[in-house]
Amino acid sequence: MDQGTFTYEAAGQALIIHLPREVDHHNCLTLKYETDLLLAENYIRRMVFDFSGTEFMDSSGIGILLNRYKQMAGSGGSVSIYGAGTRIRRILQIGGVYRLVRQCETREEAVYGKQGR
Amino acid sequence: MENRGAEKTWMRLQIESRSSNEEFARVTAAVFLSRMNPTVEEMEDVKTAVSEAVTNCVIHGYRERPGIIYIEAEIEGREFTVRVRDEGAGIADVRKAMEPMYTSDPTGERSGMGFSFMEAFMDEVKVESEPGRGTLVTMKKRIGGTAREAAQERKAGTGNEGIGGIAYG
Repeated sequence: MDQGTFTYEAAGQALIIHLPREVDHHNCLTLKYETDLLLAENYIRRMVFDFSGTEFMDSSGIGILLNRYKQMAGSGGSVSIYGAGTRIRRILQIGGVYRLVRQCETREEAVYGKQGR
Repeated sequence: MENRGAEKTWMRLQIESRSSNEEFARVTAAVFLSRMNPTVEEMEDVKTAVSEAVTNCVIHGYRERPGIIYIEAEIEGREFTVRVRDEGAGIADVRKAMEPMYTSDPTGERSGMGFSFMEAFMDEVKVESEPGRGTLVTMKKRIGGTAREAAQERKAGTGNEGIGGIAYG
């Protein structure tokens, strides 16, 4: 599997986005187009980011999370994440993402847990 | 502490300004840094900071058009310095560009936190820029926390007084 691309998975009304090993500007270039398309064609109430395969992230990752949050919040939806290791958690913390995005310990919690933060 | 004769070593790298080179740039900087025997965290800090600076060159300096990014790194004693330079658009108002959450990017996909990340992960960040001439970002980081440093110097017995290590607490 190409380690530099996003893979998408539907789970009920949630869209799970499996992030690549390295989340940087280059690897994020296709995300907006792809998620816009998926959001237009499916009824999605929650967007879930899976960080379990991610080892590196810079502020590009913060940008895509904040933008997806705005997108989802605009239609009453929410964003959650799971699988983040120590380094990624630190990046998310510095990026101020935890005010807007719910961090979950498991995939089940991220996908089916209660709405909101 | 500063008695190791501060040996100096450096590297210079020129790369094409394209997003696929961002990973190459940060990994190369990290490999060079590894000579300083950094912790995993210090290594990741430098990778993140270099990634931010190079991404700025690609997006803002050269506006996704062709150009050359110049990267220089230097090790002197325990100090790591990296300079990332472009000959692109330059920044009219550096102070504003460095404000957290400020971005001139129209796509909405950028967080505006590039400089904040550089400042969070490095000890010192200096930005020099001139519109139309380009931008130079100089970042410094001291590698090796004090406790670890003391332990290592003790073990190595690097004191230049020639009496070997002195065991402090």
